[in-house]
Amino acid sequence: MHEVSLIENVIAIVERERTRQAFTRVTMIKLTVGALGHAEPDALRFCFHAVAAGTIADSSRLEIEIVPGQGWCADCRGTVPLDERFGACPVCQGGRVRMTGGDVLRVAEMEVE
Amino acid sequence: MCTVCGCAHDHDHGVGSSHHHIHATGAIDFGHGPAGVSVPGLSQARTIRIERDVLAKNNGFAEANRKRIRQAGTFALNLVSSPGSGKTTILVRTLTELRQSRPLAVIEGDQQTSNDAERIRQTGVQAVQVNTGKGCHLDAHMVGHAMDQLSLIPGGLLFIENVGNLVCPAAFDLGEACKVVVLSVTEGEDKPLKYPDMFAAAELMLLNKSDLLPHLDFDMDACLAAARRVNPAMQIFTISARTGEGFAAFHAWIAARAASYLRPMATPA
Repeated sequence: MHEVSLIENVIAIVERERTRQAFTRVTMIKLTVGALGHAEPDALRFCFHAVAAGTIADSSRLEIEIVPGQGWCADCRGTVPLDERFGACPVCQGGRVRMTGGDVLRVAEMEVE
Repeated sequence: MCTVCGCAHDHDHGVGSSHHHIHATGAIDFGHGPAGVSVPGLSQARTIRIERDVLAKNNGFAEANRKRIRQAGTFALNLVSSPGSGKTTILVRTLTELRQSRPLAVIEGDQQTSNDAERIRQTGVQAVQVNTGKGCHLDAHMVGHAMDQLSLIPGGLLFIENVGNLVCPAAFDLGEACKVVVLSVTEGEDKPLKYPDMFAAAELMLLNKSDLLPHLDFDMDACLAAARRVNPAMQIFTISARTGEGFAAFHAWIAARAASYLRPMATPA
């Protein structure tokens, strides 16, 4: 489950932020997760508390904002919603869709004290 | 902070360092959890917007690896597949056939044991075993440390055999020139559709164990169609690590791809 290492990276980003901004406790971490990306939101939630235990993010809440999948259809010549990374165009059912959005994985913000 | 790799620990990079240690066998063990620090206290609550890419740190290490490999004049491939598709057997045949003509090196990733690195060393090729412990993939930081133990020589090839896993290694750039995905005909022909991230990330697919085809109901056309749907640009070779079928094409591909990758970049006019 690579979500464990992804959360370790999240905690490292938070720890690094503490060296720039004074705070002693993190009460909420908000992630932006693409619907078509490599990370499964439920798996991120599942391992978050175990990985955060004993760190500055111990007992912090995890919030996940899902960014929907989006693609560019070469036949419709427009942006279309995409449910699967290699899905067909939901408008014309054609296969010439290139994914353009929904692949992010970012720490967006956090609440600190 | 560690000044060698920038990781957030105070440690040296020798035996017994806090985030990994090197076994007597030379295997590098990353199976230790991170040391955390807790500082309780109360102050005014506030929200900080930071907008950081979670994989930025890995990608930074990967770029450093890529630069180092390229400067050494070496071409690196990252071999990925599910467990048991034949990555190590493919490597053993490839190393045996190529070792007279080029300098070779191998990084072996597994959760535990140095069995694979020992198999590789029996071919006479240098190999470093990385044990990921709880981890399900190699990351660029581990590969950087493994490279410290190898000599990369101009015109050489570096093969990185990832942990057998078709999901997680797709997300972690190691600094390789390209990923090679291995699928064997004893697996389902729809695997590229079930695990699209990996097949989308690969430049080459090796369809292994072709010697077993007469005994199976494997639908070759359906498999190739599934792979091409996920990645229309991917090259595909059908091979057998047992009989050697298809290896001439695979090795010719490596030679051509390495030559174009290592060609000096044109200087801007």
